[in-house]
Amino acid sequence: MVTCPECENSVVPAGKPVIGEIVECGECASELEILTLDPLRAALAPEIEEDWGE
Amino acid sequence: MSRAVPLAVLASRVRADEKSIFEAFARRGIAPQHLDSRAWWHQLGDRGPRPTVLNREIGLARATYAARALESAGATVVNSARATELCGDKWRTSAALVEAGLPTPRTALGLTPEAALTALETLGYPAVVKPLQGSWGRLVAALPDRRTAETVLEYVAALPSPQARIVYLQEWIAKPGRDIRVVVVGGEALAATYRRSEDWRTNVARGAVSELCALTPDIAKLAVMAAQAVEAEIAGVDLIEDGTGEVLVLEVNHGVEFSGLQQALGDTLSVADRIVDHLLTKSRPCAA
Repeated sequence: MVTCPECENSVVPAGKPVIGEIVECGECASELEILTLDPLRAALAPEIEEDWGE
Repeated sequence: MSRAVPLAVLASRVRADEKSIFEAFARRGIAPQHLDSRAWWHQLGDRGPRPTVLNREIGLARATYAARALESAGATVVNSARATELCGDKWRTSAALVEAGLPTPRTALGLTPEAALTALETLGYPAVVKPLQGSWGRLVAALPDRRTAETVLEYVAALPSPQARIVYLQEWIAKPGRDIRVVVVGGEALAATYRRSEDWRTNVARGAVSELCALTPDIAKLAVMAAQAVEAEIAGVDLIEDGTGEVLVLEVNHGVEFSGLQQALGDTLSVADRIVDHLLTKSRPCAA
């Protein structure tokens, strides 16, 4: 479980978390990126850039 | 004596798609190296163990340059740098589709907004203007008439990047509120979904809903040929039906997002497993 840095909601990653994983805060919909696993830490994920996509 | 070729996944964001790929590797007892493209760098001339690299980088510039650098070091990159470049540029995609003789909407390129306005007199209205690079339906605009085209192109003319002022135009296709997304892996069409939306842009990123579509032999064949035209081994091929029912190839995506398709498929087929299986066919042993 990590704490959303935007709204302080508790966010639980689905399944086994991995470094770099993007999880969405269920409260404020912020995207968080898992930074470390032990301890489990997350930060706001980078903003979408112009050339991102499929 | 031989040893296994190392496997790696290049990605700066581990979304549900990438996580399912890592899980598919784990089911095979394989732990691929995760190359975070935000930290990755390469010096020309360095030649390492020639890994097979799955390129899942979400940023087109990073994906393209990383693929070129990795290939220069002897790595096998999937999709290749060339495929990424072809898919990442709508004009180059369209040119490849036309070169392959595949049905696709009539397309024109204006090297300036003024030239684009002239081209529209031939292409006709309504039409669509799209950025050469971009995804998820961003900055795609409908041009129902000349007045709208003049307004939109005036904004295009004010864009700071010279490339952004090169104008990609396509005829308007009156599709039936949906398009078709086909996932192709290793020359095989795996599955297809309809993407339905009340908006004319049927991108899932814009709220379109995916539901399974019967993968007919004709659709499968067209999708595979489209992926081959842009040399993509793993592809999301977008097809649209015109008013006569003919199916046209709209674009090919080199970094296909498939979690929506996977949800629709349930347990019948795992796209991530098929991607990993395809990579393993590329990961041949090498001399120690």
